[in-house]
Amino acid sequence: MAVLAHAEAGEIAARLRDLTLPPYQDLRAPENGLVMLRGRAGGDGAPFNLGEATVSRAAVRLASGEVGFGYTLGRDGEKARLIALCDALVQSRDFGGAVERDVIAPLREQLMTRRTQAAAETAATKVDFYTMVRGEG
Amino acid sequence: MYVAVKGGERAIENAHRLLAHKRRGVQSVPEVTLDQISEQLGLAVDRVMSEGSLYDRELASLAIKQARGDLIEAIFLVRAFRATMPRFGASEPVDTGAMRVQRRVSSTFKDIPGGQILGPTFDYTHRLLDPSLAEGYVPEAPATAEASAAPTPRVTDILGRDGLIEPSPQAEDGASVGDLTREPLNFPADRDLRLQNLARGDEGFLLAMGYSTQRGYGRNHPFAGEIRFGEVEVEFVAEDAGFAVPLGSIELTECQMVNQFKGSATEAPCFTRGYGLAFGQSERKTMSMALVDRALRARELGEEVRAPAQDEEFVMSHSDNVQATGFVEHLKLPHYVDFQSELGLLRKLRQEFADAQAPDAMKEAAE
Repeated sequence: MAVLAHAEAGEIAARLRDLTLPPYQDLRAPENGLVMLRGRAGGDGAPFNLGEATVSRAAVRLASGEVGFGYTLGRDGEKARLIALCDALVQSRDFGGAVERDVIAPLREQLMTRRTQAAAETAATKVDFYTMVRGEG
Repeated sequence: MYVAVKGGERAIENAHRLLAHKRRGVQSVPEVTLDQISEQLGLAVDRVMSEGSLYDRELASLAIKQARGDLIEAIFLVRAFRATMPRFGASEPVDTGAMRVQRRVSSTFKDIPGGQILGPTFDYTHRLLDPSLAEGYVPEAPATAEASAAPTPRVTDILGRDGLIEPSPQAEDGASVGDLTREPLNFPADRDLRLQNLARGDEGFLLAMGYSTQRGYGRNHPFAGEIRFGEVEVEFVAEDAGFAVPLGSIELTECQMVNQFKGSATEAPCFTRGYGLAFGQSERKTMSMALVDRALRARELGEEVRAPAQDEEFVMSHSDNVQATGFVEHLKLPHYVDFQSELGLLRKLRQEFADAQAPDAMKEAAE
């Protein structure tokens, strides 16, 4: 589900639109709030509170009973609901495969392409040290 | 003493109207958008998120726009906003060792696993104003190279393997994490509260404090063991779901300072650490934070507390720019009654002074 948290609401919605979805209802209407983000002293020591982030959350239930939860950074309630819907759908025998294949897999590929490009740009700024040799001339 | 003052409503209303007009500026100039602020003034957004203590680029951009670019005012707006939102809980501590690094440098080792990665930096620029940026500048596409799959371990983890640096203190089982947004500050304060305070502290204040330690006010012989900037994943144990859910990723800057050693009859000498962590790309902030964090550890490391940067009450009570600006700027609010009483007292004292001088003057004149 991490893939969905990295996608835009519009991208998830567009891919879901191509599927015939079962009926579902909101268990928790989208709601915005805060999560306190924690770090660790020295990177690996005791935790401390770094600062908060806005988070949106939602929960849905399919007519067939599967319950899905959606959480995402930011204040886009619709995105939280779409993540919750996908979370419920992947648990369903009838829709799990289609959601993985038509929604999550292409978004994962898109995310990986973006990350590969960013990693390549970063790699170009890596320092290659060489040693100046004191020569005769 | 504050007293209610009536009147001025119309002046206030019109002043705010004028402010809105001034904020917009000349209307023939296009209005700046939140996307433009977020994309093109990204480091200002990072600072407002760090010191506003709220990770939300869009809100920070809005705050900068509303504050006409006054970053402390923007930080104030963000802090006020966060106070209106419910809190769902706290995230799992982020793993900076697993960061997707966009920049990572060490001044202690040339050859670190994963390498020295400069990333987008002002370092090595000539600080000459660039007239080509004034309008219509289209940058070249970034260069690319094959990324290595090698991990980029924290430099302090490498030093730690040989015991050359003190291990990070671990939390005791079930220990709660101090939160100064929930409980009032008490001294002495533990390191979790100190780090939280520094993380939201004013960059200028921390810079000056950190600089003072380098100039000899609480020396701690620092090396920038590592500075890294990049993306980390955030996870949150959601009560309703009953497991850790991914929230997405955030950008962080981390600084590990490696400082002078400690040792004793029973403990082998080793380097000590100072730590800095902040939202976004905030290098100056995290370096300053790491210097001050190390200075504030004087008490636990058995060092004499002599300099301002080592005094946690001094540092922690003055690092917050929203608190500081509130107290400094309240001086411009009406203090008419206070001032009248001071004025009355001063007049009385001056009269007494004049009366005391008078007999001497008369005596001198008579002689």
